[in-house]
Amino acid sequence: MTTEAESPHLLSVRDLGKTFRLPGGRDLVAVDAVSFDLNAGESLGIVGESGSGKTTTARIIAGLESATAGSIDFGGRTLGGSGRSRSSAREIQMVFQDPFGSLDPRQRIAAGIEELLGLHFRFSKSARRARVTELLEEVGLGAQHADELPRNLSGGQRQRVAIARALALEPELLILDEAVSALDVSVQAQILNLLIDIRERTEIAYLFVSHDLAVVRQVCERSIVMNHGRIVEAGATADILDRPTNAYTRQLVDAIPRPGWRPKRRLNAAG
Amino acid sequence: MTANDRSTGMPAEQASRQDLLLAIERLQVTLPPRRRGEARRTVIHDVSMQIAPGESLGVVGESGSGKSMTTRAVMRLLPQGASMTGRLDFDGQDVMGMSRRELSAYRGSQVGMIYQDPRAHTNPLRTLGDFLIEGVTLSGQMRRTEAEELACDLLRQVGVGDAGHRIRQYPHQLSGGLLQRVMIVMALMPSPRLVLADEPTTALDVTIQSEVMAILGEQIRERQCGLMFITHDLDLAAAVTDSLAVMYAGVVVETGPSDNLYSSPRHPYTAGLLASRPHSERVERPTAIPGRPLSAFEAGPGCVFASRCPFATQQCHEQRPALREVDGRNVACHRVEEFGADLTYQFKEAQ
Amino acid sequence: MTTLTVLPDVAVVRRRSNLDMLTVVVATVCSALVVLAILGPFLTPYPPAQTDILAASQGPSAQHLLGTDALGRDILSRLLAGARLSFAGPGLIVAVSTTAGTAIAIWSAWHGGLLDKGMNRVLDVMFAVPGILVAVLAAAVFGSGFWAPVLALSIVYIPYVARVVRSAAVRERRLPYVEACQLAGMRPSRICSRHILRNVAPIALAQGTIAFASALMDFAAISFLGLGVQPPVSEWGLMVSDGRSELLDGAAQQSLAAGAMVVLTVVAFNVLGERVSRRIGGNR
Repeated sequence: MTTEAESPHLLSVRDLGKTFRLPGGRDLVAVDAVSFDLNAGESLGIVGESGSGKTTTARIIAGLESATAGSIDFGGRTLGGSGRSRSSAREIQMVFQDPFGSLDPRQRIAAGIEELLGLHFRFSKSARRARVTELLEEVGLGAQHADELPRNLSGGQRQRVAIARALALEPELLILDEAVSALDVSVQAQILNLLIDIRERTEIAYLFVSHDLAVVRQVCERSIVMNHGRIVEAGATADILDRPTNAYTRQLVDAIPRPGWRPKRRLNAAG
Repeated sequence: MTANDRSTGMPAEQASRQDLLLAIERLQVTLPPRRRGEARRTVIHDVSMQIAPGESLGVVGESGSGKSMTTRAVMRLLPQGASMTGRLDFDGQDVMGMSRRELSAYRGSQVGMIYQDPRAHTNPLRTLGDFLIEGVTLSGQMRRTEAEELACDLLRQVGVGDAGHRIRQYPHQLSGGLLQRVMIVMALMPSPRLVLADEPTTALDVTIQSEVMAILGEQIRERQCGLMFITHDLDLAAAVTDSLAVMYAGVVVETGPSDNLYSSPRHPYTAGLLASRPHSERVERPTAIPGRPLSAFEAGPGCVFASRCPFATQQCHEQRPALREVDGRNVACHRVEEFGADLTYQFKEAQ
Repeated sequence: MTTLTVLPDVAVVRRRSNLDMLTVVVATVCSALVVLAILGPFLTPYPPAQTDILAASQGPSAQHLLGTDALGRDILSRLLAGARLSFAGPGLIVAVSTTAGTAIAIWSAWHGGLLDKGMNRVLDVMFAVPGILVAVLAAAVFGSGFWAPVLALSIVYIPYVARVVRSAAVRERRLPYVEACQLAGMRPSRICSRHILRNVAPIALAQGTIAFASALMDFAAISFLGLGVQPPVSEWGLMVSDGRSELLDGAAQQSLAAGAMVVLTVVAFNVLGERVSRRIGGNR
């Protein structure tokens, strides 16, 4: 499936679609004709509310779900398009929302990272241990955390470990699925800053899935806004947030609580 | 039972207590130890806050701050083995001294409660109508037909169309936002004088959150009802409430009028919260507070925030500051007088 | 200043404590029983098969602490010697069924979908079949002895473990760490054996402990019916059966002693298994 033609983009998504068959025999279109490009080292935000299809899109790109339509090109290779699931590529890694479920509860932190390193790289035992320490330092954790079990770490520390695990595989694309949403505000800022720093240090591209426009603004130059499985607006994050052209995007921006903000009631809402 | 070591002395505003709807003074809550041989766990060290009739108070804090436990204490719905000391007055009446009968009247008709997860607080096997009228008919406040009429009326007011049909539906047939509006109606059914809302919009999308907050605000204002709004979101709380109480590790660190407190925080923790929130209008690196939020029982003898505070001195680590009045608000900080007008900026600089 | 204490519920407080007395007691009893089963044959005061017609059906005395049976054999010696077989049978059954059950459960949970649904039904049907009936049938087909009931019960006990472990594995399968492992390029076999297994193992162990108690009872029952191990080998179920004829003569010591050992073992392992699974529930 390898095409040698050098694609200018790291990731090209074309007409991606995903339809779930519901138990009643009805179809649910979760993702509908989604297309976008992502350059190497760039950071793209996917913004939307629950049911917008943003997470499903991310999971298809990660290889955790298969698409029912469209194609995905990654680094010049065509990843599984419609009807075919694929084994995941090391170059695409993902950080999940839930800091409590994203680590094996019975595996110590260092052992977990060493296992990942052992899968993909040839390291001597001591080099592997050194790399683990280096990775933990990179995400702001010390050697004292290396031999802890996840349950002895706080939510923020666990999320740092999840990021370190993703970085261990030296991916080109990191998908962050609401990666800071479950954290307390004061900790959220730490993880956000860590993600910003990692981007400055490395060439990793981000696909940043979030419902939080303020967070997306800090991390992503470009964003797409999704609603009911479709892209309703795409462009520079600043433009989208400051001058939304789409009615739904405007609604989204207006709903952010800020000084002088008054909650608004839509007329005859269906709920 | 642990002895309450700070039981002496009453705050000065005792005189005005008669006029207040809810007055919490020096509330302390401890839970039994998790393991044999350990000490009891303190979940609330020292909480004082007031709500005047018709006033809305936002209680803001991160996980472990004790904000939810405070609402449970107000309802006197603490976990087994919990012990609470202090004063808790509702409309001049001592809640902690209430008999079982008084308590059920208090919970049933004086205070309404709205929870974060409406689905967990509704019975999936019963219709919304049954759920809504059960409380008021059981306590004998209303007849069934009367209650049904009121429920439909309220549902219409909160924007639920076709109320007569809705009350025959089951919880799973409604979306989260719609169900949360039903919970608001539930809380308003007995015409309470105070509504406790514990993270009522945290599980909802932002557009739905805006709507639910608008409806809640409307209803509260119309009824001149008091509101205690618990949330982790300082921006949201500041936008929808009259006054704020910021909690950290089981202590109220700052209280005051919402706009005032939001625009010029006096406590380093409040400033830190504001500085760490990512800005929605420009790209500006958020200033994180180092470390993680502590629970009340992890806090040392000094100021609960000292371990994460960039301004902490020796005194801060050794002696716990009490709430004192500064600029029309109450702040629990030893160094509050030394800070300038823009503490958020100072906080960012200090990091 | 008012103080208000919500009265503690005694049961709640006890559950919170780290290790309660009952757990310590049953854990001690269970380990003592296992040690006994291993060392029993070396501790017998008399050779277990040694008959003494002159001292038949005696009550407890200084020479024979638990008395003697109809052939004058020392009951204590026979109990100790019989412990090994009484434990080996159910031990084997549980080892086989726990291993197979856990493997099936994780495999089924991993694949999910129709396969998992089908497997669930199969386990349900197996669960509905009384184990003792299958063991009797097996003995009828393959002849009585040690192996026929062990083999039959090993299969019958698979759903005891598999059903519980399967639901735990399904829960585990849904956690994001499993997906993170997939993304890291781990093969399913590795994720199942390294990660999911490690997290469901305590539950499998607890369930196995409880299954051991039931298996011991079933195994003893088969021997009691004369379809399991055959005399003159000593085994507890067999001893209860042997003692029946003496019951009419007023010498109940053999049936009582062997029956008491069965009951003690069953209760001890049941309580231990239940405690262990409760602790797992509390820790997670």
